[in-house]
Amino acid sequence: MKLSRKFLSDYVDIKDIDYAQLAEDMTNVGNEYDECSKLIPATNLVIGQVIKCEDHPDSDHLHVCKVDIGSEVLDIVCGAPNCREGIKVIVAKVGAQLPGGEIKAGKIRGAESNGMLCSIAELGLDSKFLKEEDYKGIAELGEDAKIGDDPIAYLGLDDDVIDFELTSNRGDLLSILGMAYEVGAIYNRPVNEVDTTYEEEGLIDFNVEVETDNCPMFLAKQVKNVTIKESPEFIKNRLIASGIRPINNVVDISNYVMLELGQPLHFYDNDSLGNKIVVRMAHDGEELTTLDNEKRILSSEDIVITNGTEAIGLAGVMGGLSTEIEETTKNILIESAQFNSIKIRKTSKKILRSEASNRFEKGIDYKRTYLAIDRCCNLLEKYADATIVGGMMEYNTIEDKENKIVVTAEKINKVLGTDISYEEINDIFRRLGFTVYGVNGTFEVIVPSRRMDISIKEDLIEEVGRLYGMDNIKGTKLVLPLKEGSYDKNLRAIKNKMTDMGLDEALSYALIPETEVHKFTTEEFTHVNLADPMSEDRKTLRYSLLYSLKEIYEYNKARNLKDVCIYEVGKGFYKENDEYKEENKLACLMTGKYYLDIQNSNVDFYTIKGIVEELLDYLGYNGRYTITTGNVPVELHPYQSAVIIMQGKEIGVIGKLHPTVTKDDVYVFEINLDKLLQNKVSTIKFKEIPKFLKMVKDVAFVVDKSINAADIEKAIKKAGGRLLTNIELFDLYEGENIQPNEKSLAYKLEFNDPTKTLTEEEVMPLFNKIIDDVCKSLNAKIRN
Amino acid sequence: MENKEEIIKVLIDKINNANDLKTLNDLKVEYMGKKGIITELQSKIKDIPNEQKKEYGMNVNEIKNAFETNYATKETELKTAELNKKLESEKIDVTLPSKRIRKGSKHPMTRIREEMEDLFVSMGYEVYDGPEIETDENCFQKLNLPLGHPARDAQDTFYLENEYEAFLLRSQTSTGQVRVMEANKEKGPIRVVCPGKVYRRDDDATHSHQFMQMEGLVIDENVSMADLKGTLELFSKKLLGDKTEVRFRPSFFPFTEPSVEVDVSCFKCGGKGCPLCKQTGWIEVLGAGMVHPNVLRMCGYDPEKYQGFAFGTGLDRFAMFKYGITDIRTIYGNDLRFLNQFDRKDD
Repeated sequence: MKLSRKFLSDYVDIKDIDYAQLAEDMTNVGNEYDECSKLIPATNLVIGQVIKCEDHPDSDHLHVCKVDIGSEVLDIVCGAPNCREGIKVIVAKVGAQLPGGEIKAGKIRGAESNGMLCSIAELGLDSKFLKEEDYKGIAELGEDAKIGDDPIAYLGLDDDVIDFELTSNRGDLLSILGMAYEVGAIYNRPVNEVDTTYEEEGLIDFNVEVETDNCPMFLAKQVKNVTIKESPEFIKNRLIASGIRPINNVVDISNYVMLELGQPLHFYDNDSLGNKIVVRMAHDGEELTTLDNEKRILSSEDIVITNGTEAIGLAGVMGGLSTEIEETTKNILIESAQFNSIKIRKTSKKILRSEASNRFEKGIDYKRTYLAIDRCCNLLEKYADATIVGGMMEYNTIEDKENKIVVTAEKINKVLGTDISYEEINDIFRRLGFTVYGVNGTFEVIVPSRRMDISIKEDLIEEVGRLYGMDNIKGTKLVLPLKEGSYDKNLRAIKNKMTDMGLDEALSYALIPETEVHKFTTEEFTHVNLADPMSEDRKTLRYSLLYSLKEIYEYNKARNLKDVCIYEVGKGFYKENDEYKEENKLACLMTGKYYLDIQNSNVDFYTIKGIVEELLDYLGYNGRYTITTGNVPVELHPYQSAVIIMQGKEIGVIGKLHPTVTKDDVYVFEINLDKLLQNKVSTIKFKEIPKFLKMVKDVAFVVDKSINAADIEKAIKKAGGRLLTNIELFDLYEGENIQPNEKSLAYKLEFNDPTKTLTEEEVMPLFNKIIDDVCKSLNAKIRN
Repeated sequence: MENKEEIIKVLIDKINNANDLKTLNDLKVEYMGKKGIITELQSKIKDIPNEQKKEYGMNVNEIKNAFETNYATKETELKTAELNKKLESEKIDVTLPSKRIRKGSKHPMTRIREEMEDLFVSMGYEVYDGPEIETDENCFQKLNLPLGHPARDAQDTFYLENEYEAFLLRSQTSTGQVRVMEANKEKGPIRVVCPGKVYRRDDDATHSHQFMQMEGLVIDENVSMADLKGTLELFSKKLLGDKTEVRFRPSFFPFTEPSVEVDVSCFKCGGKGCPLCKQTGWIEVLGAGMVHPNVLRMCGYDPEKYQGFAFGTGLDRFAMFKYGITDIRTIYGNDLRFLNQFDRKDD
């Protein structure tokens, strides 16, 4: 909302207030501004008169002029075709700042030039306000222009404008009058009455029918015999300062009143319209050609104005072409109405967001609906020679209800944490134009209808806070009972551990292409799509994080960063039995170097398996999980991948990416953290340090290659019993002296008894039993 | 024994001339072995007349001591020399690269999030992160944004397929407010912060369609706007430096009343004005206010009895400020050259 200083001054006296300061003061009460500037920022301009104008000897279009600017006579070379002796002009003196640059003294084809004669277009108005003649030649000022004066002031463009960025609840500030009340409250100044006086003749001959709930109010008034012409300067200039292009006096008045009072109006050519308006919802597929000559296809969500048979306007958004005000228009029907803000919002989103729709969306005070129609009549009578027809068609379902709210000074101070006196609060309400009845610290506040944002006592508390100054509230120390704070320690422990193990934490987007969502998992699930995605690449919520990590790997590889060791903790989404589910997952990808030495050894399956084991052991799951062959996703190498099993349940997968996914040696794992963390971990319980020496025995088994190390270990453990306290595989051998289909695994077995030192005689039978059992159950041999 | 001095001199010479442990060991055999010189001298004592035995014995002992002392000294010397030689042969290039695992890094967003969590946890807050798929009710309606509310436009929301105005990706962590209040049902005090991912249809240098917010909520019977200011002053000083000042500007949010926008004095220029704060000296970092009575009521709290404050902030902005990141897309780009910069503790 652009606020013109001159426009505002009609309603509140701000002569003594610096406009930039006003912008700051408005911000401090919650109305932020974007920019505060002069309407015409050009400097060093003065009114002059061309007292001599001769053709430049060396040019076919330049004129060499002598220009009287009061204090002196300047030599200026001017190229405008309309430059001639006697006219009064806008002179930019040397040093003037114009949008085109600074004016400097110089010679033009040998002739001295100490300034420039300006066209209107050169002053810096937005091009949408400029007419053809503003570009054609220099501006010719009227006879009454006084030499030496400020031409901007003469043109009435000596205005300042603040561009406000208003909050969506303050629809009342989308009007000069509303702004005046706000400014009046800040500076404690009265707000002037709106002039709505006019004469009436005859009686209205018009019908209004409203067939929809979405139009709670519709007022219509007839105006006859208007003269369509240019608006007076002050109307044009205020429209320009407010960002609206002047058209003609009638159209300008409808815009002027909208700006002034916040009520959008529509003027129909009464002769094209006929004598009836019916407001209803459009039919699906109904057509309407709007003012901008576009054919619009409507739906039953749009409110339309009709003449009883066909649509002639899109309510609150844009008028129709057929009843447009034209040069020849004589008789006018004025519409001042209210429409459902949600419907207007939807329609305008589809068709066009306009000054009018913006106001309807925010809501309008019904009193303004009346005030505006009268204000239109007042201005049309004055500036369009209109005859106002007596009487008004009035459809109004809005209840005239007093908005009374009760609040106590105690509650206000309790919420704000302040100590504002009863008198001060009372004064704030009074400045805001609220009617206050107060007894014993309690206020009965009657809020004027323009403040549609105020309905509960908290709203009043905010008003007090705003005008008292939110920033004047002094910070206090929150006093609440002592309590220990808390956060999810597991997720943090996992991230800490993964980072400590040398991996980089990635953070990627949860939205991925739909085509990728079922990859990297063997699980069956219903995936979740967005209704209206930004792109196909961001359509579906991921289930596995591995797709994202693979993308990150490829991104980095393309930049020649080939040692990628990353992890991410995030959610996987799916739908089950009509419920949306999300589970925390940890995914990890490793390729290239992990150990930073000159050996240049690359990550392999056992590196990433080590990461998993180290993490799970750290989390307290030592001995409760297994990593074993199983059903793995097709995106993994079928013979270099495994499943991670925790207490009988699969919680994750680990393995090498399948060569069809990438040709590089890339290893990944993913663990469902929700499934993992269901398994409770007890606190560390100290175990007695063994008092007696352990006995160590080595043995190497030769087995078929298909036998897993885990099977051998399991068999050893089973046979070894309680006294076997540790098993360590220290050598894996294939090759010479071993059959090609066989491998040798050498174990160090530790025996320990907490009650005594074991003797050879005690251990040997146990050791032999282990050997026998393993050999028998796995068809193994002892390697000598 | 007339030649004692001579014997000692010879043996010292011999020991001193020994250049290696083997030669030295041979001397031990020569002197102390079964037929060694000293052994022989010792065995001859039986042939010495009784009155000379004492003197003879003393002389032999003197020779033996001389041998042993010198021998021990020489042996240490040679052993040391030999060890040094061995050590020298083991010389390594200490400037070669070490054996270590690569350095891991925590994502800057995690770092910021944990920093904020720790700060609030130290003040007795709980951290709560609810689901990212939410109901329209929790994300909007219970926050006083009924269907059709114009403020919904500002948060261009991702609804799920076939779930328009029903299920969505949360567009704000304020959903945490609703969930925490409903879980506590009419019990105070509540002190909670809700950090997490949020989603909006937006993608440019300062907006990402996925980003992170943190909501804070405190509810009790006497929690005030002044408490909010005190809390945010503490928060800002801890996070952005002791000199940071906090400014409240009235504003509007449907879920708070009164509402304020919170600026902090620019941490780059200290409030003098610079490009970061657009010459204003202030940077907007938070939206906050007193929880709207409608929100309290809808979440099961009696607004006549309870009041409290809520605040919400974008963590990405804090990360960008703190680390000087200018394009938010860098944060979600996962370029290793970006991630690797966060591999150490800071401040």
